[in-house]
Amino acid sequence: MKLQGKKVIALGERDGVQGGALAACAQSAGAEVVLETTYCFV
Amino acid sequence: MVLLGTPNAESSRLYAMTVTAGDPSWAGALAGVALGLPVYHVMEEAVKTQVAPEVYEEQVALMEMVLEAADIAQAVQEVRAHTGQGD
Amino acid sequence: MTQTLEQPVIRGVRFFLAHTPGLVRYGSKPSRDIARDATMADAIAAHLRSYEAAVAYPPNRAFLGHIHPDTLASMPQPWFTSEAPGTRWGAHGEIMPEEEFYGVLKICDVFDLVHLEAGFVEEARAALATHPLLTPADLERLGTGFPEADIATQCGGSAPALPLYLRHGRRIGCMQAAHADDASLAADVLLENLTCKASAVMAMRTLLAQEQLDPLALPYVLNSGEEAVGDRYQRGGGNLAKAIAEMCGCQAATGVDIKGFCCGPVHALTVAGSLVSARVFSQVAVVGGCALAKLGMKYRGHLQHDQPILEDVLAAVAIIVSADDGVSPRLRLEALGRHTVAAGASQKAIFEHLVSQPLERLGLHFTDVDKYATELHNPEVTEPAGSGNVPQLNYRVIAGLAAMRKEITPAEMPAFVATHGMPGFSPTQGHIASAVPFLGHAVDGLRDGKLQRVMLLAKGSLFLGRMTQMADGMSLLLERNAAGSSEEKTP
Repeated sequence: MKLQGKKVIALGERDGVQGGALAACAQSAGAEVVLETTYCFV
Repeated sequence: MVLLGTPNAESSRLYAMTVTAGDPSWAGALAGVALGLPVYHVMEEAVKTQVAPEVYEEQVALMEMVLEAADIAQAVQEVRAHTGQGD
Repeated sequence: MTQTLEQPVIRGVRFFLAHTPGLVRYGSKPSRDIARDATMADAIAAHLRSYEAAVAYPPNRAFLGHIHPDTLASMPQPWFTSEAPGTRWGAHGEIMPEEEFYGVLKICDVFDLVHLEAGFVEEARAALATHPLLTPADLERLGTGFPEADIATQCGGSAPALPLYLRHGRRIGCMQAAHADDASLAADVLLENLTCKASAVMAMRTLLAQEQLDPLALPYVLNSGEEAVGDRYQRGGGNLAKAIAEMCGCQAATGVDIKGFCCGPVHALTVAGSLVSARVFSQVAVVGGCALAKLGMKYRGHLQHDQPILEDVLAAVAIIVSADDGVSPRLRLEALGRHTVAAGASQKAIFEHLVSQPLERLGLHFTDVDKYATELHNPEVTEPAGSGNVPQLNYRVIAGLAAMRKEITPAEMPAFVATHGMPGFSPTQGHIASAVPFLGHAVDGLRDGKLQRVMLLAKGSLFLGRMTQMADGMSLLLERNAAGSSEEKTP
């Protein structure tokens, strides 16, 4: 599975890995982040 | 593809199922809707090895130390296998 | 001319719980599910707890100061199976039954929006007659109520009022909308706001009375909840603070709302401390009312496990920040932690901002803080719903950062969590659950010397409002007051 050139939906969690952190990771691997979200369940 | 940041195996499994076979809890808009999207957790080896090390260190390393990373990876891998995605 | 700063202290804190099983149906999740499938109302009704069970429930007892939260760690789980009976009043506040809380709601209603059935009014009046914090003037505000037929008419028709129920389904009145064409003045919104006001009023009255504070000496009130008080032109206008001040006899006060999602209260404590430090005011109150929308939020998980619905209590807090009295715990404003914009979404950066940087400023280590008070949501509520153990997760992150900074070893992380953390025990009442549930125990421990330092660490999920992807966080360090003791002042 190659992230390079892929479109990524980043589903983060406030107390896990947040959306912005996932996006930074995906972008550093050459992916394009098309949706970034962070969830909170409390 | 979908990249997850969920903090435990159970929620990782739930999210992974929702974006592949459909919402297993039948609670939301994706109940019965099979999107069939490739889904990975950011702490899986398959993802980690492609992320710039200094970015991973800054953004994820602390949570990897704190969460049950192996259980989470296994949960998401099982969903991919179950929904015929392979690795 | 130089002026020294005043040292602000936490002068007192009290809590209030209302056990409101009849209102669970109006929580956000239950109400939406019931609207789709009316049979859910029966399933919910079958899993509502009695008042006695809510009183006895160990996490509620920890919240009200009967027991220390650490005690929960050694109690057999699930905690809701505990058979030991409880009592209404703890050291830090009471848990009020719904029959009385509806009366308090009416007492706080200055627009005649709450219509209670006449027979129920007399029951409520009798029950509230002996309440230590309610006056004859308050009980006058109950009025005489309405005939049951009128309530029935108001709950029917094309623009129905919202019926108000007790646990077993008895309808005891209804909540009116204040305007037919204003969504911000709909009955459900007004009910949420009025329960918030009423619960905060009870917490504040408890604090003023039990700490023997003169309401007339209070100049400023900061309300820190997540409710939205307003109308269609100003949906979040706010200043519920002043409404609460009015109901507590604070004739010399005005106030304002501090809005920050769940981080509101800790932001408000920072502002309160700063106002006292700068000698703008001699004391400032920080209050937070309940979150009706959060009732039954995780009920599906509870039903799935055939356990009682545990989100059946409304919670409120009231805190007084005042000038140094020589005994109350000090707010170390020079060691504030802020989740800044630059810290972004990295947990490492966030916790460095909230924990390691403020400690560094004081030359302290992670282990120098006796107890961290983080998000304290009761895991018995969240785990059955798949939402994990939030306090434990936060404590593990603090421990993980301590290990990353080589202040402890990875092997020492579990012991750090047990010693410097605590089991979650707070109702999932939003801003109420964020750090402040421990404040009563913190003040006790810091006064009697069992604790030297406590860090409040709160977070806010700003991204939920869709104006930013960011979360927020704030931390505040409390320290034992060294004046009047032989202890040396810490740097």
